[in-house]
Amino acid sequence: MTDPSSGTARSAGTSSADDIPIAYVPDRPQMRETPEQLRARIPGWGVDLDPADRPSSPKLQYSPDTTGAHWRFPDRQPGADGRERSIEHAFVTPVFGTAQPLHGLSGAIRALAYRRFSEARLAHWLLLVVGDRVDAWGAHLRSFASLHPDNPGTETGVLSELTASGTARSGRSDRRHQLLDPLIVGGPWVAGAGAAFLGVRKVVRALRG
Amino acid sequence: MRAMTYRGPYKLRVEEKDRPRIEHPNDAIVRVQLAAICGSDLHLYHGLMPDTRIGHTFGHEFIGVVDEVGSSVENLQVGDRVMVPFNIFCGSCWFCARGLFSNCHNVNPNATAVGGIYGYSHTTGGYDGGQAEYVRVPFADVGPVKIPDWMHDEDAVLLTDAAATGYFGAQLGDITEGDTVVVLGAGPVGLIAAQSSWLMGAGRVIVIDHLPERLEKARTMAHAETLDYDEHDDIVVEMKKQTDHLGADVVIEAVGAEADGNFLQHVAGAKLKLQGGSPVALNWAIDGVRKGGTISVVGAYGPIPNAVKFGDALNKGLTLRMNQTPVKRQWPRMFEHVRNGHLTPRDMVTHRFPLEDISEAYHVFSAKLDGCIKPLILPSAS
Repeated sequence: MTDPSSGTARSAGTSSADDIPIAYVPDRPQMRETPEQLRARIPGWGVDLDPADRPSSPKLQYSPDTTGAHWRFPDRQPGADGRERSIEHAFVTPVFGTAQPLHGLSGAIRALAYRRFSEARLAHWLLLVVGDRVDAWGAHLRSFASLHPDNPGTETGVLSELTASGTARSGRSDRRHQLLDPLIVGGPWVAGAGAAFLGVRKVVRALRG
Repeated sequence: MRAMTYRGPYKLRVEEKDRPRIEHPNDAIVRVQLAAICGSDLHLYHGLMPDTRIGHTFGHEFIGVVDEVGSSVENLQVGDRVMVPFNIFCGSCWFCARGLFSNCHNVNPNATAVGGIYGYSHTTGGYDGGQAEYVRVPFADVGPVKIPDWMHDEDAVLLTDAAATGYFGAQLGDITEGDTVVVLGAGPVGLIAAQSSWLMGAGRVIVIDHLPERLEKARTMAHAETLDYDEHDDIVVEMKKQTDHLGADVVIEAVGAEADGNFLQHVAGAKLKLQGGSPVALNWAIDGVRKGGTISVVGAYGPIPNAVKFGDALNKGLTLRMNQTPVKRQWPRMFEHVRNGHLTPRDMVTHRFPLEDISEAYHVFSAKLDGCIKPLILPSAS
């Protein structure tokens, strides 16, 4: 049997008297340590053993007077007219976020997703993902016409590879696909730069006749 | 004010934004003193959550000082130090009236399948989050709680999501005395889920991950046995061997949509976005739990479908329980556990970054550089 205090788990072996694994016989699995042993080793072992002490048991607890709400239905936040909403909702909820309202082509795509498809339809979510990518590329392009252009070097935080043991592959969560991440992040930028170069070259050649 | 802003997958920066304003009579504006990056923020950062808009400020784990209150706020005053649950909830809809605060129906016009969450895309309501100097907090009379004098700030910020979610995950497992509980993922949620499993009477707690620092933390902080899935050809077979071929009584899935462990699934889901993330951990849970057992899912998944082995779940007669955590419902009991030292959230904190360095913070946390388990963010106004 495993000594739990030793850390890394070891195979349990068989628990039944006749060496047949417990899953194949009717015996109840035996606890490796008694409750007293566990209580001595683990701070607070068993203090929530009684489901009555667990705050989410039972699942539904009707107690509207304890939430702090002093309304039956909240005041409605101004500005709901025209705001996008799931068509599974009866109306724009009385409170809503106002960050980043819809705008431009990405806004039109997102508005279509909300207006046309319910949350049950995959098209709803895929259109929102397309809207996200259009939004991102629009923002990148607009940034190049601003005083604060996007900078993949600083905005990806990749410089921390130099300061936070980035060269050590051990312990990284991405060690199995470490080469893929820069490809996914940097690939579109390289492809965009390549397309721009080819386009400019084509224009220059056309102008030269 | 200074705020983290999203610039597209894998890219973000700190920008000047307008300070949020009162938009509803029960709003408060909170000056953020301490925030955290949650593992689920990485799903946004990696572009996995639909309707994540450029300019969005992430952050649903934060504490701070009330800076302004709306005209109908009764329970808070300017100057109060508060911890804010990651859920935005009204306290009065059908769901809130029954304790399902994470499923509030009055705060998210963009979707009915998920409630309101700070800084978690427009799919959860379009609210900017707390990785900033200031944040708008709707329903100030319902969500926030004044931080008890005895509570450490780092415990307080972790109780707003990660710790509460771990504790909730153990409850969803319906653990009975002597149960063998397997926790998938030794991140912040998994560590607290492992600690909490003991409180509910588990006889064995086994934590599975593949990052050495996290497995070590599971042994020292959560007194758990550990398995490194990289050391086993098939971790499901190992789970069966560990449990005398029975399978675990309860599996708590504390990983979510970017699970590693299967190269093709990870690349197809988390990297190429051909499905709504990677269901590797969920499928390990289904196959590793015993027949008739219970799976608790507190790892975060988005609305796009996944290739989940539902037939196995059916044929094994499993009970699947899951939800976003109704955080405030957990707090009174959790406060006792933290005060008594039964739960030790701040033991998991490994990194503290100024807000201005948040791009590096996300990359370090995403790649798990430097043994990163839980990074905190310090806004400049704090």
